[in-house]
Amino acid sequence: MTAAQETLDVTVHRGTTRGARYDSFQVPAHASQTVLDVVSWIQQFADPTLSYRFACRVGMCGSCAMMVNGTPRWTCRTHVKKVAADGKLMIEPLRNLPVIKDLAADMDPFFDKWTAAQGQHHPSQTRHDPIEPIDPVDPLRVEADLGVECINCAICYAACDTVAGNPDYLGPAALQRAWTLLNDSRDDGRGAILDAVSGTGGCHNCHSMGSCTQYCPNELNPMRAIAGLKRETAKSFFKGKRNA
Amino acid sequence: MLDLRLYMLQRLSALVMAPLVLGHLAVMIYAIQGGLSTAEILGRTQGSVLWFAFYGLFVFAVSLHAAIGLRVIIHEWFGLKGPVLSLLTWGACAGLLVLGLRAVFAVTVP
Repeated sequence: MTAAQETLDVTVHRGTTRGARYDSFQVPAHASQTVLDVVSWIQQFADPTLSYRFACRVGMCGSCAMMVNGTPRWTCRTHVKKVAADGKLMIEPLRNLPVIKDLAADMDPFFDKWTAAQGQHHPSQTRHDPIEPIDPVDPLRVEADLGVECINCAICYAACDTVAGNPDYLGPAALQRAWTLLNDSRDDGRGAILDAVSGTGGCHNCHSMGSCTQYCPNELNPMRAIAGLKRETAKSFFKGKRNA
Repeated sequence: MLDLRLYMLQRLSALVMAPLVLGHLAVMIYAIQGGLSTAEILGRTQGSVLWFAFYGLFVFAVSLHAAIGLRVIIHEWFGLKGPVLSLLTWGACAGLLVLGLRAVFAVTVP
């Protein structure tokens, strides 16, 4: 975007998975403008029927992720000048998910896979037990800590070509969550987690292409987590547990 | 479309193949150095339990490894799954086994 350019050429996906069209808008350009600012301007000043999703606007809630010029991004923390030097923006809903309307992707399959990967906490103690001390430099804790900043934005899921080709694949976020719990000393679900990630949609489908790690806005490394799951399930295979 | 069992089968077959590929390349390079004729090669391989085991194992490993790899490609590119995918997987495995073992028998059985 040059200093002289005063408007952005914005093309926006409209409609649902069953029928879609693209609308074009001329949006005033500003300094320090984010892609979410652009979408909000369209909704507020050009077309109030535009549907999209956001909440915190500061990169914590993970709800505003969209495809921006073909790349999955958290739109609230993506500056227009960094992704659209020529002032042209193509904004679409997240890839690999059904579309509810316009820019709002249906997140149900994404969170269903979290559950399928045993992403819920499996308590090892009750509220009546004393609080367990956690050593922050314990190697397992350090490994678990690598994944705890996930904000469930589904950018890795949208970036993953394996998900695109294999809809049953649990995907990077769910598998990283499983790996985090596997390394958490407070979680008691080891057997259930290893079983959950060893099925037909499990971690063994990952081709290690690395798009998840490349596009994660929080710079997490789901590919590393998936490699860890492959190692642990292989070890359990050699110990005679054929289904991990 | 790969569960733990198929994944391990593919990795273990790769583990078996790795030294066999190196051995196969070394034999090919060695065999053409002095201009060995077909008859001379067959003279060494026919009746040899060692070469039968070497290439027999190679064929088994390749058939398993390739069939599982093809399974993934077929599923991701063409969306096939269920019994059709299993049929294609193990059909490819059987086809490779038949072709490979035919060649192994031809050069090692007198």
